[in-house]
Amino acid sequence: MAGDAALPRRNGELVFEAPWQGRAFALALAVVERLGLDWSDFQRHLIREIAARPDAPYYDCWVEALEALVVEQGLATPADLVAARPDV
Amino acid sequence: MSEHDDDGHHHPQPPSPIELRARALEDILKGKGLVSEEFIDSVVGAYENDIGPMNGARVVARAWVDPAYRARLLADATAAIAELGLGGPEGEHLVAVENTPTVHNVVVCTLCSCYPWPVLGLPPNWYKSAPYRSRIVREPRTVLREMGLELAESVEVRVWDSSAETRYMVLPERPAGTEALDEAELAKLVTRDAMIGTARP
Repeated sequence: MAGDAALPRRNGELVFEAPWQGRAFALALAVVERLGLDWSDFQRHLIREIAARPDAPYYDCWVEALEALVVEQGLATPADLVAARPDV
Repeated sequence: MSEHDDDGHHHPQPPSPIELRARALEDILKGKGLVSEEFIDSVVGAYENDIGPMNGARVVARAWVDPAYRARLLADATAAIAELGLGGPEGEHLVAVENTPTVHNVVVCTLCSCYPWPVLGLPPNWYKSAPYRSRIVREPRTVLREMGLELAESVEVRVWDSSAETRYMVLPERPAGTEALDEAELAKLVTRDAMIGTARP
């Protein structure tokens, strides 16, 4: 992309501050698309998480919302989510 | 578990708890065949490179030079941006609101971060922040002034909340003295913030 054309998009900011955020973004799109949901089905959870913690980092709320959606849609239980976390 | 720090940046810190939860979700969803690495890469690539305000700038420039297109944009923005090959998620119910000498529009999503992705890409952090979301509705002139935009008292400020289905973009006024510029040159004048309504071109 030409430098001039790149200027309006960047505004000196990154689209995703870290790779995991872009991945979490893509995961939400995947779940909505593959399950034939409406975006508002995810948005509902995001709104709730943001309301509960208005000053939390945005993608923290995003991941929490996606967890809630995944549980709601029967893709995993809360125990499954905990069990799947990598040991660090 | 593969490490995806292939963006050239250093990440010396261990993954945060929320990042670990994101990885867990990814593993579960991949295990169920609901997402692939290719899908993730294509989405991230699209929103980092192809889907951004340079697209909205083309729409605005077209509306500036073509009054009939402007009318179509104001009547049905989703259809109008499709004429320029634009569309996709969060653009299904797009409305363009025009700035005039007496009306200035600004967009917010008070409850989360709703934003017209096909024309602007993903929203900046300040748009998603609690202060912006609450204050732009309560005291728009003050917030705009803090962001460097001073409006005359004779200008009405309209704040559009994107929390429901509709996604809004602002059609800014064409700056004076740009009569000699072609569409591509005009597009370069159109900033993301002008299409949110927190700046003017």
